[in-house]
Amino acid sequence: MKSVRIAGGLGFYGDSWRPIKASIERGNVRYVASDHLAELTLAILQKDRQRDPNLGYTRDFAPMLLDLLPLAIPRGVKFILNAGGLNPMAAREVLLGALKKFGIKLKVGVVLGDSVLERLDELQESGISLAHMDTGAEIATVRDRLLFASAYLGARPLVEALDAGADIVLTGRVADAALFLAPMIHELGWRWDDWDKLAQGIVVGHLLECSGQATGGNFGGDWRSIPDLAHIGYPIAEVWENGDAVISKAPGTGGRVNFDTLREQLFYEVHDPHHYLTPDVDVDMTTVHLDEIAPDEVRVIGATGRPAPELLKIVAGYEDGVMGQAMLGYAWPDALAKAQSAAEIIKQQMVEVGLKTEEIVVEYMGFNSIHGPLADSMHAKELNEVYLRIAVRCADKKEAAKLGRLFPPLALSGPPFIGGAGGMIEPRGLLGIWPTLAPRSVIEEYIRVSVEES
Amino acid sequence: MKKQLVELAHARSGDKGDIANIALFAPDWTTYDLFVREVTAERVRTHFEGIVNGKVARYEVPNVLALNFVMHGALNGGASRSLRSDALGKSLSSALLRMEIEV
Repeated sequence: MKSVRIAGGLGFYGDSWRPIKASIERGNVRYVASDHLAELTLAILQKDRQRDPNLGYTRDFAPMLLDLLPLAIPRGVKFILNAGGLNPMAAREVLLGALKKFGIKLKVGVVLGDSVLERLDELQESGISLAHMDTGAEIATVRDRLLFASAYLGARPLVEALDAGADIVLTGRVADAALFLAPMIHELGWRWDDWDKLAQGIVVGHLLECSGQATGGNFGGDWRSIPDLAHIGYPIAEVWENGDAVISKAPGTGGRVNFDTLREQLFYEVHDPHHYLTPDVDVDMTTVHLDEIAPDEVRVIGATGRPAPELLKIVAGYEDGVMGQAMLGYAWPDALAKAQSAAEIIKQQMVEVGLKTEEIVVEYMGFNSIHGPLADSMHAKELNEVYLRIAVRCADKKEAAKLGRLFPPLALSGPPFIGGAGGMIEPRGLLGIWPTLAPRSVIEEYIRVSVEES
Repeated sequence: MKKQLVELAHARSGDKGDIANIALFAPDWTTYDLFVREVTAERVRTHFEGIVNGKVARYEVPNVLALNFVMHGALNGGASRSLRSDALGKSLSSALLRMEIEV
């Protein structure tokens, strides 16, 4: 039976591509599918694009490809990446330029049409409310503050690019798992209504889309039992024509693939497991079976699918104030009490200098900055050190910057024994995320695919 | 006898907008049945008071011995607008493991 082997690439913008080398050299893969876009990433890319209209893609992808292509080209390995971000055309130009510079001849496909920011008026005029899909709030409340709006596309345009011979496919926003589903459909000839096979493909893609999270990274179980995270292998899937799959990793790499590491990733960012909605299929994960068949090899079978949803998800981002933040460390004895006393000083001074905030968060790092009100206070009095962190939400940068200026005087005129006064932290623009829905027809008519040789 | 979930289970959390999910994994059927009985959506909502502002839904996924909790209003508005250190809610899973249940 025919099969295809696909390697998981990056899990986010900034992830390491070193483990992909092992997958290419020793994993016998035909494709690398690489997810550069978390929800948060579009916010980062939007800031880039505001500074320079030629940016807006994830800038790690070209160095990554130039590093990996010498290994990939002799083995015929192809790449599918959503590194186009908010500007896939600019990403293509950068890539074509780099390939030409090094005399590398490859076909580069690009998928356009996920961005709907320019068309929101048109969508609203055609009767689509664009209300917030979780809260039901009307988009008018954020409309004039929107910075981007991208629909999650499915695997179809990616398959089209592969069918046209693309060696590298660059996309903007697509469903993460669609990056993986596309080569399966291209290679295995699945139909667009083979719902169970498509569901298997999505489950496999979902397992692979977060790099090391499938192979023992961020493992919530016995993390000490995971070997050699310094040389972790990223996941590799072999998928057969009938949809059955085996997840593994390259020989000689660290990390672990087993029932526990994979079931953790199966539910990562999943809501209703009966209906994991993607543009290509509505997936039921409650029928999936994960069976350990060999060390670091797990068979994945049984996912079932229902027809693809009529509505596609759009995620928009809007300006939502500016965060100012400041930190200072206090040493034993009474580290927490000192930090709390310093927080009271700062809060009084915030009022006195007229700092206008919409929200204030006070955290004690080393005590409760991660678990918040759930932190265990049993040993609070004996902590060796505690960092006070205050963060404020303000209307603009000027206002937010006032917070940082209140901190340095604490060194000489506050509670004793400080450390770690690391200088002021620049205020940072905050983005609200606006998830909404639109009929697939109004999105899909704008999708364009083109393939060009370098 | 009371036991803390950390002694019995492992968990992973993820973020989507202002919604966080935590999947809680049992090592065997006995523990899974115990979780179904003890770790209710209401208990999880109460456990996360002060962090999670919205409703909590629970999905039972016996095929991999998991319970999936979906928590609304869990991330201070969502990672890109959050003022929290754990903006992505990556550690909410470990915070759940602090819960004590009757075994």
